[in-house]
Amino acid sequence: MQDTVAILLFVGVIAYALLGGADFGAGFWDLTAGGAERGRRPRHLIDTSIGPVWEANHTWLIYCLVILWSGFPTAFTAITTTLYLPLILAGLGIVLRGAAFAFRHNAMRTPEQRLYGALFAVSSLLTPYSFGAIAGAIASGRVPMGGNGNAVASWNHPTSHLGGILAVVVCAYLAAVYLHVEARRADDPGLARYFRDRGLAAGVAAGAVSVAGIFVLHSDAERLFHDLSHVALPLVIGAAVCGVACMFLLLTNRRVLLRQTAAAAVALVVCGWGVAQYPYLLGTHLTLDEAASPRATLQVLIVVACVAGVTVLPSLVLLFRLAGRGRLTIH
Amino acid sequence: MLTLDAVLNGLATAADEPAQLLPARQQMAFTLGFHIILVPFGVALTSLTLIAHYRGLRRGDSTALLLARRWSKTAAVLFAVGAVTGTVLTFELGVLWPGLMGTYGAAFGFPFSIEGLFFFLEAIFVSIYIYGWNRLPPWGHFWTGVPVSLSGIGGTASVVAANSWMNQPGGITMRDGKVVDVRPSEVFFNGAFWGETIHMLLAAYIVAGFTVASVYAVGLLRGRDNGYHRTGFLIGFVTAACLMPVQLFVGDTLARDVFNDEPAKFAAIEMVPTTDDHVPETLGGVLIDGEVRYGWQIPDLGSILADFSPSTTIKGLDAIPADVRPSDRTVSIVHLAFDVMVGTGTLLALLAAWFAWLWYRHRRVPHNRWFLRACAVSGLVAVICLESGWVVTEVGRQPWTVVGLLLTKDAVTTEGNIWALFACVLALYCAVGAAAIWVLRSMRRRWRAEGDDNVTVPYGPAPEPEPVAARPGPREQ
Repeated sequence: MQDTVAILLFVGVIAYALLGGADFGAGFWDLTAGGAERGRRPRHLIDTSIGPVWEANHTWLIYCLVILWSGFPTAFTAITTTLYLPLILAGLGIVLRGAAFAFRHNAMRTPEQRLYGALFAVSSLLTPYSFGAIAGAIASGRVPMGGNGNAVASWNHPTSHLGGILAVVVCAYLAAVYLHVEARRADDPGLARYFRDRGLAAGVAAGAVSVAGIFVLHSDAERLFHDLSHVALPLVIGAAVCGVACMFLLLTNRRVLLRQTAAAAVALVVCGWGVAQYPYLLGTHLTLDEAASPRATLQVLIVVACVAGVTVLPSLVLLFRLAGRGRLTIH
Repeated sequence: MLTLDAVLNGLATAADEPAQLLPARQQMAFTLGFHIILVPFGVALTSLTLIAHYRGLRRGDSTALLLARRWSKTAAVLFAVGAVTGTVLTFELGVLWPGLMGTYGAAFGFPFSIEGLFFFLEAIFVSIYIYGWNRLPPWGHFWTGVPVSLSGIGGTASVVAANSWMNQPGGITMRDGKVVDVRPSEVFFNGAFWGETIHMLLAAYIVAGFTVASVYAVGLLRGRDNGYHRTGFLIGFVTAACLMPVQLFVGDTLARDVFNDEPAKFAAIEMVPTTDDHVPETLGGVLIDGEVRYGWQIPDLGSILADFSPSTTIKGLDAIPADVRPSDRTVSIVHLAFDVMVGTGTLLALLAAWFAWLWYRHRRVPHNRWFLRACAVSGLVAVICLESGWVVTEVGRQPWTVVGLLLTKDAVTTEGNIWALFACVLALYCAVGAAAIWVLRSMRRRWRAEGDDNVTVPYGPAPEPEPVAARPGPREQ
């Protein structure tokens, strides 16, 4: 039962990484798009492609939080009392990002738009970095069972830095690939090339960070390294294959499976983390079993997830199809 | 809110309380108090939008369609702010109140997972609806708005389920300080669930209705007496005015439920120091050294209101064990907040009655300037009413977080400098609030420049060369 809930939780983590992550990545490209004139077209594309979907994508985070705190409440408080600083930073980023994006949309004057745009962009870096650092801290067992771990040391170590940087780079990579496809769909070859180059660069960066990560984990998080190189090895290899395949598709200007391979590469990395972590929730000191809520609560969570499967998923598909067909985008 | 309580209590911390308690309570009160203002717009403004939308499509009324389109854009901005401030609250539950989440997460937490489901649907359909103007067929577009309203109601019920469980916890079995068994339906549909949920839902519609009405009342007062302002005013005002009498009835019933089920809170609300019959109803006043001072007392009325008889015995504050008895200041705050809630609620009900009278006389939107002035402030009054209601239920529970099970001082985190965090949150929220108001004002400026008679674009967000999508109604023919 607790395994099912853990899987449901992980589905949420993956969805947030793929969808919410791409929205944050779009913020990264917004930040680096240059001055108001030069960055107008990429910014416009970013605006129109994430405008209709970012709130729905953001909701995956809420989903993860509520499943975690209802299903594994002691682990939740251990994490929040230890990693409150990165959590606060992530929260700050979320408020600034959401508010600034919504406001920019409605602001009329360029200086206002510039202010909101800058806030949107900077917070798009802050939040993925913080979440990556949190993941690194959890994965390397820096969160004590009783909570109240060291507020700074718990996320100021190589694995957390790796997690944070990897998160930022991966988000940027996903976003560039998605935006590349969007630009092609909008029949804008110039913009498509623009994001293709950026996707390639971010892909190379993500690959480089991952390779560096092998050494970081080897010296800083032995158990994680061991499990990633044993039980989770197929997933890691799969991620590498997908990543390379996506780069190849980008290079050869193909459109088929482009987004899918990029998403699969990221999803497999996250899965690898999950498999390496199993059956522990925190380091090697708190198992899923020990942290789980009573049976009835877990049952409720599974029922809620099933109901979500039949109500939320079709609605999401509808939203994405409408947005994808350009029916919801702003002209 | 709780902030007031904390300020009045002085900044000193009692010896057995963690230093984090005071700032944590203040921060929670502030962020909740901020978020709750946005809730009515997420929950109810979308329904008002749909009423306007329906009217527009049914009657081919382009003015109503224009209102619907503008309201949906307003709702979009407020919904975004509400979504992020709501996310902050979920973070805060873990960061500030680990004692609550760690121990009772299995029971207290799962209603939020149901809320998450509703919020998901709401976020998806809000996007579809807002971006659907002119891009979906008119009636199909209308129907994409309906799930927003429905999931707003479901989401409110789920969050209030968690809150009411803190007031009347049940459905759990504890062993060695751990929740070992949960009976979900008893947790969700706890003793306080129905009363609180209906009260809050009505409040959301009333606040949204009066706020919308006040916007257009100002316009009418400034001489913009056109169909656009009259329709906007009527949809908001009539919705709120029809629900106001219902709310008075629900509130009255709820107060008697509190008398029966939460005697400690009732003692604070009525400010009854000692258990007695023939308890007077105290209006205003404060509790000083265990005695009621400065209030205006109506003999026997407290007992009569509690159970329809002057000889009804009301449990006083002395019935609460001394170590969990709320302080005099806490009691005074709860009592005054209750008076403010009932007072402002009554004023709003009188305003509704006044409207009914004027409508009965003239059969049109009243021109009476004093009436319109009252309407212009009714939104603010409704917000005050809503906030004081939350003060009653939240401060009225103190010193408990979960009544009888968990004291607030045991729920709070013991790490970190919460004052610093609170200061940052305060600054951030003030900036977000100011920016939101600024953006809404600039939207209004733009709309005013566009004009209120949107003859050229009966259906859609931008003046695009598209044919009239709405069925031509009798007015245009």
